[in-house]
Amino acid sequence: MPHESEIYLDHAATAPLDPRVLDAMMPYLTGTFGNPSSFHSAGRSAKEAVDDARDSIARVLECRATEIVFTAGGTEANNLAILGAYRSYREKGNHLITDAVEHHAVLHPIEHLVKKEGAAATMLKVDRLGMVHPDAVEGAITEGTVLVSVMYANNEIGTVMPVSEIGARIAAWKAAHGRKPTDPPFFHVDACQAAGALPLGVKAIGCDLMSVNGSKIYGPKQVGFLYVRSGMRLEPLLYGGGQEGGMRSGTENVAGIVGLRKALTLAHEERERENARLIALRDRLIAGLLAIPKTRLNGHPTARLPNNVNVSFLDIEGEAMILHLDEAGIRASTGSACTSASLDPSHVIIATGLPYEAAHGSLRVTMGRATTDSDVDRLLTALPPVIATLRKLSPVKLDMKHYV
Amino acid sequence: MDESSKAPLNKSDVVSPDLTKRWFYTDTVKDHFFNPRNFMDDDAGYRADGMGMVGSPACGDMMTVWIKVDPESERVTDMKWKTFGCGSAIASTSMHSVMVIENGGRTVEEAIRIRPQDIMARLGGLPNRKIHCSVLSDKALRAAVNDYFRKSDQPERIKVEGARVIDKVLKITDHDIESAVLDGADTLEKVQAKTKAGTGDPSCIPEVEQLIRFYTEKYFGPQ
Repeated sequence: MPHESEIYLDHAATAPLDPRVLDAMMPYLTGTFGNPSSFHSAGRSAKEAVDDARDSIARVLECRATEIVFTAGGTEANNLAILGAYRSYREKGNHLITDAVEHHAVLHPIEHLVKKEGAAATMLKVDRLGMVHPDAVEGAITEGTVLVSVMYANNEIGTVMPVSEIGARIAAWKAAHGRKPTDPPFFHVDACQAAGALPLGVKAIGCDLMSVNGSKIYGPKQVGFLYVRSGMRLEPLLYGGGQEGGMRSGTENVAGIVGLRKALTLAHEERERENARLIALRDRLIAGLLAIPKTRLNGHPTARLPNNVNVSFLDIEGEAMILHLDEAGIRASTGSACTSASLDPSHVIIATGLPYEAAHGSLRVTMGRATTDSDVDRLLTALPPVIATLRKLSPVKLDMKHYV
Repeated sequence: MDESSKAPLNKSDVVSPDLTKRWFYTDTVKDHFFNPRNFMDDDAGYRADGMGMVGSPACGDMMTVWIKVDPESERVTDMKWKTFGCGSAIASTSMHSVMVIENGGRTVEEAIRIRPQDIMARLGGLPNRKIHCSVLSDKALRAAVNDYFRKSDQPERIKVEGARVIDKVLKITDHDIESAVLDGADTLEKVQAKTKAGTGDPSCIPEVEQLIRFYTEKYFGPQ
């Protein structure tokens, strides 16, 4: 029997490279190979491409071009924001504020600072929908707070955080305590999952730092950027030729940067139309999945990324479900411990207050540009028998009333 | 089939003997996962001579095993199971049930001597960090056999798992350390991350290190 075509529903892990992005990159992977730091014409055309990219990206963020620091992806941007700000403003304080559902690229550098460099961190709780409350952020700020780091949208459960409100609270605290905008506490927003879906204007959000990466927006992998509000200084992670205003040495990834620019501008232009299309698919999929008995939606029903669906099926384990779906040609992911290298279930789902057994049975579907109505139909047809089979094999019979 | 062959030595995937191919699950694992043998379809009306349960849904794996034993020959004539767990947990329980009842069934004493490595070998190997799952089904079977001894009025034959307390403050046993090693912890630091062994009673650390070496060698071969 011919295998049915593949359906890729794991765009939060990574998205395919858009052919238009590849077209934009090709000249810089082939002919134009110069080093932007060189003075000759080969170097100058590479420099021009990087400068143009910086200008275009700055327009999307409504900031200045000099405020964009290119990095090798989102993880580096988050590390540079957190380690760089802490080390640069260490004499002003040692306190950091973040929340329990951040990506490991935010949590682990903070843990490192606590363990090795004398930082104190406040880990804010989230509510059952995965939301951080601005009151909680405001209440946690102290005289010694250097940085607040809250993600724009969660990569696992899709919850969109009230970042503008948090930005406003931090600004109000600073004003009330006689702090200038260039004084701590600073506000970092990890926007890796939000780019392409949500507006990135940094003034409206009121952040000082914002991380974005390319591979989640149909751009190349290992390229991203950090917005750094002017007047703020970061201790670099890498020293060398002094590129990127001294904040990130190393010859620029010219083709990658050109691809990132193309990916971000395309995503920005197509955002509203694509969001409307995805939200319709998302809500139809959620309704279809919740019709399966003993199923719970993880994350916020409406303040949610347009492409994200995350549900827990009680009494079954996620890896087994993913294997069955994979066999049916459907690629999705789970928060189950069995698929993580650490064998720990998703820290995000646990943080929303669900017990471990519900985290093990979670399914994350993240749709993309290629996702169609018929893909949603195929998933909704393929999944119920998989759930029924695994429940038949399972000795576990949890009571739904504890998991609503 | 050679059941004495060693568990694969690599850290994540299963690697073929000539090191040219690697895969996450073998075809045999997939076959038993997609076509599980001997699972308990409907336990209403099933008369088991012994039943055993191990694990919990919170830790991600839970198994129940039912057996029928012929009182004359003591052969396990039927083994049924239910498993909550990942692909390898389902496949290894399925393979385990096949091994117990094949060729007319093993005697209860033979059946409880089937080791996790034997099940893994029949499955063509499992990724290292998945080994813990197949270890669970042998524990479930031993519990079922004990239950059979209890029900058949032979309490003197019940085998109690002899756990030995290593960290006297935190009551960490050799079994806890064994599970940690099976979960992939191969250094003192990693075992402590899982069990906290030695943090309450530092004097036991040399013994913990010795046990890590012992279990690592037992399950993953000489390092």
